[in-house]
Amino acid sequence: MANFNLKINGKTQVVDIDPTTPMLWVLRDHLKLVGTKYGCGIAQCGACTVHLGDNAVRSCQLPVSAVGEQEITTIEGLSENGDHPVQNAWMEIDVPQCGYCQAGQIMSASALLKRNPNPSDEEIESAMNGNICRCGTYTRIKKAIKTAANTEGV
Amino acid sequence: MSTVKTKIGRRSFIKSSALAGGGMMLGFSWLASCKMSPEEVNELPKEWFKINGYLKIADNGQVTILSPNPEGGQNVKTSMPMIVADELGVDWKDVIVEQAPLNTDAFTFQYLGGSQSIRRGWEGLRMAGASARAMLIAAAAETWQVSQEDITTEGGFLYHKKSGASTGYGELASAAAKLEVPEEVQLKDIGDFKIIGTSQKNVDGQKIVTGKPLFGIDTHREGMLIAMIVHPPAFGLKLKSIDDTEARNMPGIKDIFTINVFNDGYEKAFFDTRTFNEVAVIVGDSTWEVMNAKKALKLECEPIESSTDSRDRFGRKWQEHTPAGLENTSVHYAQMDAIPSKRVEVRRRDGDPDTAFKRAAKIIEATYTAPFLAHNCMEPMNFFADVTAEKAELIGPLQKPELTEQTLSARLGMPLENIDIQMTRLGGGYGRRSYAHWLVEAALISQKMNAPIKLVYSREDDMTDGIYRPAYQAKFRAGLDADNKLIVFHVNTGGIPQSPLHQDRFPAGAVDNYLAEDWTIDTNLTVGSFRAPSSNFMACAEQSFLDEVAEAAGKDPIDFRLELLDRAITNPLEGKTNDYDPLRYAGVLKLVKEKSNWGNIDSGLSKGVAAYFCHNSYAAQVLEMRWENNQPIIEKVTCAVDCGIVVNPDAAINLAEGGIVDGIGTALYGELTFVDGVPQKNNFDTYRMIRMGEAPKEIDVHFIKSDVSPTGLGEPTYPPIFAALANALYQATGRRHNHQPFLTKENVIG
Repeated sequence: MANFNLKINGKTQVVDIDPTTPMLWVLRDHLKLVGTKYGCGIAQCGACTVHLGDNAVRSCQLPVSAVGEQEITTIEGLSENGDHPVQNAWMEIDVPQCGYCQAGQIMSASALLKRNPNPSDEEIESAMNGNICRCGTYTRIKKAIKTAANTEGV
Repeated sequence: MSTVKTKIGRRSFIKSSALAGGGMMLGFSWLASCKMSPEEVNELPKEWFKINGYLKIADNGQVTILSPNPEGGQNVKTSMPMIVADELGVDWKDVIVEQAPLNTDAFTFQYLGGSQSIRRGWEGLRMAGASARAMLIAAAAETWQVSQEDITTEGGFLYHKKSGASTGYGELASAAAKLEVPEEVQLKDIGDFKIIGTSQKNVDGQKIVTGKPLFGIDTHREGMLIAMIVHPPAFGLKLKSIDDTEARNMPGIKDIFTINVFNDGYEKAFFDTRTFNEVAVIVGDSTWEVMNAKKALKLECEPIESSTDSRDRFGRKWQEHTPAGLENTSVHYAQMDAIPSKRVEVRRRDGDPDTAFKRAAKIIEATYTAPFLAHNCMEPMNFFADVTAEKAELIGPLQKPELTEQTLSARLGMPLENIDIQMTRLGGGYGRRSYAHWLVEAALISQKMNAPIKLVYSREDDMTDGIYRPAYQAKFRAGLDADNKLIVFHVNTGGIPQSPLHQDRFPAGAVDNYLAEDWTIDTNLTVGSFRAPSSNFMACAEQSFLDEVAEAAGKDPIDFRLELLDRAITNPLEGKTNDYDPLRYAGVLKLVKEKSNWGNIDSGLSKGVAAYFCHNSYAAQVLEMRWENNQPIIEKVTCAVDCGIVVNPDAAINLAEGGIVDGIGTALYGELTFVDGVPQKNNFDTYRMIRMGEAPKEIDVHFIKSDVSPTGLGEPTYPPIFAALANALYQATGRRHNHQPFLTKENVIG
């Protein structure tokens, strides 16, 4: 066990935990931030996607000991009032079916738009390739990303 | 307007006088997500009046509608309350939706399955709204001392035009709640719907995109422990003993033990399927600690013996035979291919198929197969349980809560009234969550630990301890006469361990000489419902075969099908009934032909068509693709659906799109094979799921305009797309794809 000071969603959180614990379980079990989802545990489905700095990463493969000073943003911290342009676009297009994978999809999409505000179809497909949607909402996800592209605050 | 007796689900309309009153939130405080936002609290009404089991109206006119059925992405939590709200005569913006708990007194058919929620809920939901509206009118008539006939309603208000009186529903909710439920109510004319048929956003949309804890796996309770299972590695094995010497001493581990899901001698009901009756359980403080201990727990297993169990299917008994042995996929296919004729049962014979084949000018034959499939819901199986000597509280995702409650009651020896099941949003169901053995497991673990626990399956457990889609095979033969008319059709099909045959479906009734036969092969792999059970194979096989037959007949594949359907419409076989309505079937084919611009071949794209009837609805699809670098690039799918009245059109389009994407993914990649009883895939690194780049670039969905009562939509768009894809692949590559999954080398017929 060891103490870690983690910067999560703009707040510092202290956890006393096994250093090998993946951030996914730190978030879900210890900090009760359950918007980040468990899907596969091996970085294949993207349900656990969070931002490490500005990058989308799979939190199931990110040991708490590897985080250091880097800022983590989860779906709960993507925007204060749930109105990030990507979240708004998801609502406008009414993307979700079951909804379980969508937090991960939104975190991947928002990281993409931050580095590339106007991605091509191929760039969207490439960036979203790591996120599985079992319900098959891919055409709507793509449409929502295009809706959010080039809007203020992306 | 049509007048109906408030008979169906009447229990839900009967009230006790104690119900009207404030603060009735029906135990919905268990998730933080359900807490009201500060704005909502400010507007919170002082008092709610329960009008019937489905709805309550507040003094300020707000309406809360309970959505009775489990929500697994099919949009029922939005569309079922829309139906109530329309008949009630309120604006949708004034409605708050809550998920109802399991309540067999208030609701009927609280299931997710068979695409039946809207179809079977339709009348009861309409009555719930209409009877509440009638009670409000009665209350207004009494208050104003006027005739009920002269009162109209709109947007949550009551009007008496002659006197100019008007008032909001909230003003009269208290009075209405005290009235008797009318024996008869008038339902709206279809043309008068104001909410049904308009696109409304998902009521949980905001919560989903902000990551609120909507799912069972998100449940947390103070003092809650985490539990996971460890099961035998192969089907055909059972637990003999466990060695927990190392695992027990690992950090955070509270206890390790085994549980028997069902007691010896218990007669399992239809959805009580369980692969490994005895499993090991590890309970600890956190998921990661339990996952680590799982790796250190050693199991000793032994072979199962053959057994025959009596099972109960809603009162009908059947014998389930489970053979011993470690099974292999290669053997399964060989067994299916060599099924002895004495094992084959004739299910329907029209005319004289043998003679017809003898006089046929051309005979076409083909064999189709499909593998076992894992459901792979994105939210792994899980359930929260807090069981004490007196009561059991359970929270989580499941599809058949009423049946599971009965199973749990039997296992715990606890009366139903002491069991409380709260339904969370399902992170996918697809049939898998009909078999809620994990709810029983969670309850047993909580009982043993004397603590609240959350049972979570790892992805590997979810995939390797599954209740799979059966493996299937179908052999078809068709005979054409010298004029290329289909004169005889023969299907011989079966599966491990279930037959996929629907002998009265198309093309039964469209051809004079018809023979349908089937068979089954026992297995110790556990199988069960999987999105569009059996149709998910038969549509692919039959609609691919019809493509071959059309080609042999030198006919356009849509025209060929329409010709057959025309025969079923104009000259039905005497004394035979078919499952489908050939007019509606032809309707979707004609619509998809028009909308896909079928005759236009300028695009250079390869096109395939298929149509199917299942779950009371009709779907036809045209898929257009290119073949590049030995991969399909799917440009567009056009889909026509007849599911009667469409309640929430944009959500219905979403669901149809999902069925299409899911079907394409399964057809191309879906497969679970077994070697010596061991599933050969256990996670998404090996079990390939469709990803964004492989989905169609465009999906164009059209609904037949209809005033027929709504039928299923979660399943019907899934089965035909397999065949539309197979038929387009043939156009693109010149090769038939008769064996799923399509994208493996050995499955391509050269």
